[in-house]
Amino acid sequence: MRKRRLTACVAVPLAVGLLASGCGGGGSATEEGFISVNSTEPENPLVPANTTETGGGNVVDAMFTGLVGYEPETSEPYNEVAESIDTQDNKVFTIKLKPGWTFHDGSPVTANSFVKAWNYAAYAPNGQSTTSFFEQVEGYDQVSPPDPDGDTGPQEAPEPTAQEMSGLRAVDDNTISVTLDAPFATWPTMLGYPAFSPMPESFFADPKAFEEHPIGNGPFKFESRQPNTDIKLVANDQYAGQNKPQIRGVEFRIYNELETAYQDLVSGNLDFVDQVPPSALVGDKWRTDLQDRVVDKEVLSNNALQLPMYDPKLKDPRVRHALSMAIDRKQITDTVFEGSYLPATGWVPSGPIKGYESGGCGQYCEYNPQEAKKLLDEAGGFPGPLTITSNSDGGHKEWVEAICNQLNTNLGVQCAFNPVPTFAEFLKMHDENAHTGPFRFGWLGDYPAAETFLGKVYRTGASSNYMRYSSPEFDAAMSRADQAPTEEESLRLYREAENILAKDMPSIPLWNQKAQSGYSDRISDVHVSFDRKLDVELVKLNP
Amino acid sequence: MGRYVLRRLLQLIPVFIGTTFIIYCLVWALPGDPFAGRCGDRPCPPAYIAEMTEKYNLNDPVYVQYFKYLWQLLQGDFGDTYSGLAVNQLVANAYPITIRLAIIALIIEAVIGIGAGILAGLRGRGFLDSLVFMSTLFLISLPVFVTGFVLQVLLGTEWGIIRPSVSSQATWGELIVPGFVLGSLSMAYVSRLMRTSMMENKRADYVRTATAKGLHPRRVVGVHLLRNSMIPVITFLGTDLGALMGGAIVTEGIFNIRGIGGLIYDAVITKEGTTVTGIVTLLVLVYLLMNLLVDLLYAVLDPRIRYA
Repeated sequence: MRKRRLTACVAVPLAVGLLASGCGGGGSATEEGFISVNSTEPENPLVPANTTETGGGNVVDAMFTGLVGYEPETSEPYNEVAESIDTQDNKVFTIKLKPGWTFHDGSPVTANSFVKAWNYAAYAPNGQSTTSFFEQVEGYDQVSPPDPDGDTGPQEAPEPTAQEMSGLRAVDDNTISVTLDAPFATWPTMLGYPAFSPMPESFFADPKAFEEHPIGNGPFKFESRQPNTDIKLVANDQYAGQNKPQIRGVEFRIYNELETAYQDLVSGNLDFVDQVPPSALVGDKWRTDLQDRVVDKEVLSNNALQLPMYDPKLKDPRVRHALSMAIDRKQITDTVFEGSYLPATGWVPSGPIKGYESGGCGQYCEYNPQEAKKLLDEAGGFPGPLTITSNSDGGHKEWVEAICNQLNTNLGVQCAFNPVPTFAEFLKMHDENAHTGPFRFGWLGDYPAAETFLGKVYRTGASSNYMRYSSPEFDAAMSRADQAPTEEESLRLYREAENILAKDMPSIPLWNQKAQSGYSDRISDVHVSFDRKLDVELVKLNP
Repeated sequence: MGRYVLRRLLQLIPVFIGTTFIIYCLVWALPGDPFAGRCGDRPCPPAYIAEMTEKYNLNDPVYVQYFKYLWQLLQGDFGDTYSGLAVNQLVANAYPITIRLAIIALIIEAVIGIGAGILAGLRGRGFLDSLVFMSTLFLISLPVFVTGFVLQVLLGTEWGIIRPSVSSQATWGELIVPGFVLGSLSMAYVSRLMRTSMMENKRADYVRTATAKGLHPRRVVGVHLLRNSMIPVITFLGTDLGALMGGAIVTEGIFNIRGIGGLIYDAVITKEGTTVTGIVTLLVLVYLLMNLLVDLLYAVLDPRIRYA
């Protein structure tokens, strides 16, 4: 009885609605020849040097092409605008440009387009969020002087004494010469990051106008943007890069809820979702929904528990090893994460970095409760309770509690989750050395190199070394690797440095993230990059 | 009447200043650095933070910041978001959609709610009354995200009758299902309010008089009874339109409607103070104007109420 009334109640307005939407819904589908991709609202203006997050990164990536690009499957860098990148000592680089590249407004891409763009990004008063990417270049300290008492200190950073980095020079229209502070073998690999994109003259003349209508040199041109709704790009038929776009354009559609994007994908209103929502991962529902139209591969992102070296409870390395060995990573990735994460075997995620031998953590990241217990007993047990700190605004409760459970069962350590309400407060604790136990750490690689996972985090005084880990041995090993004459040699030496981390265990590697993307039956040749982006150069529309 | 309207409009000024000041303080005086999490897990370069702090006057004391903001606001400029977009433009894009959605929700709740209320009120204590009672109870007990999600999956993904999300144009037709979801809760309240009000007034003297005069029952109900019973319902619908303007966060999220609700939710999450303050100011104005409209409607409905 109740049900009949309800259906009557629902049916009348719905019937009207369906009639109306049936007639008027035609204009909402994706335009002919375009593909639609889920995205988020860019956090900063669409300028490569000021874009570090996905929403803006999706667009900037499609609109700009740098000196090098990355092969979608192997992440191996290859030359795009660069004809050659030569160096004798990994300190002085001579970069030759290919002729014939132009910006979308027709102006040529020259050595100056790069030099001016990089100097603009590095110059502190311009306030670009990628400033620190240029820190290896000689003269960076003059354009972006370091703050004498750290970022949080009361003193302000001094005024820059130069506008341009001394190590950066346009020799002629097609040649750039770069001198670094110290040899750095990974540097050419960095050059595919959007912050290193060339910028047209019109940007320097009027940055504000550029933000309204960005002009790049990439496979797609800016067409229109409806803030908070969508961004449309059309294929650039003058594109000089290796892969010419196969589609007429891309529409980045902004979604608040991943869930809705997924429903749109399943019902054919959207062509690509970069990460399916957790609810679709349960019981492999997404594979049933999408059949073979799925991508499941490791990306350049991992998670760890950092151990503050200033905490006396964690002083003994045996304690740190014991904690790591008492965690059954496989069980947590399978149950809490539904297989969307892979257990870590080291500090560098293995999949997307070519030629790197993973597993640097060795036995210390293998689940071995007996050995863990033995180590802890040798070290004299764990004094008092243990807390694991994380921000609680990002849904970290479940896995932290799972780890706590395992530590409690395997080691008899009283362990509890210590939630901090917001990410901002959590970051503040890092700065103030306020941690009293392990804390959550996530790292997203910007370019496919082992160095970004080791140097930026574990070197003495590195910008994200929140553990205050300091090991002269590790620093020396990293310097050796940075200065290695060949890439193979440097990868081998980075692995050696990683072994030192395993010995000291300033951090417990937990798991590496995967891209679990889905696509519609309208498109094919779908490749997802190491940073979980659809490769828009290669994707094709089905006939 | 004219003086009354003028007085009410003048009251807007202190309310406007008070609300914007409170909201501004609440947003900007929150602990934590608003730019801390903006560069992912790596710390933001100090140059970037310095630039943003300068741009949003964050080094000033909060009241100085507020007056700088208010001055800007009085010139009709709602400021820029962190991504360099004018809040005016964001609001201009989102408001038409939200108004369409709210109007649809309001029509649905008014037509179905009042209709069901009248039927139940007239019959009283019968099968129809129990039916309305049961179904409104059912609607009230369902949270909006359940109704929304079930309709989205069933009608959109499973049966393919509607699109699971609303396109960027957000046409009237596309908004009917979300509008129904949004209006469903209030619809139940409206019907209950209408029923109770009808039941009370059915026994009132003027109804008996009208019937005794020998008026046609349709006229008794349609003109005399309904007109008086509508007063509480109109109040409810009036304030509800204000609530629908800003409170559609869940519905807009489920159907990916690019309206005010989603905009303000995002802005709160990302601590976009300028957007939050700007939109809340507008919402306050909508509320005040709706309340004024409701008060004026009273006079139309009930001749005994007049504003000198």
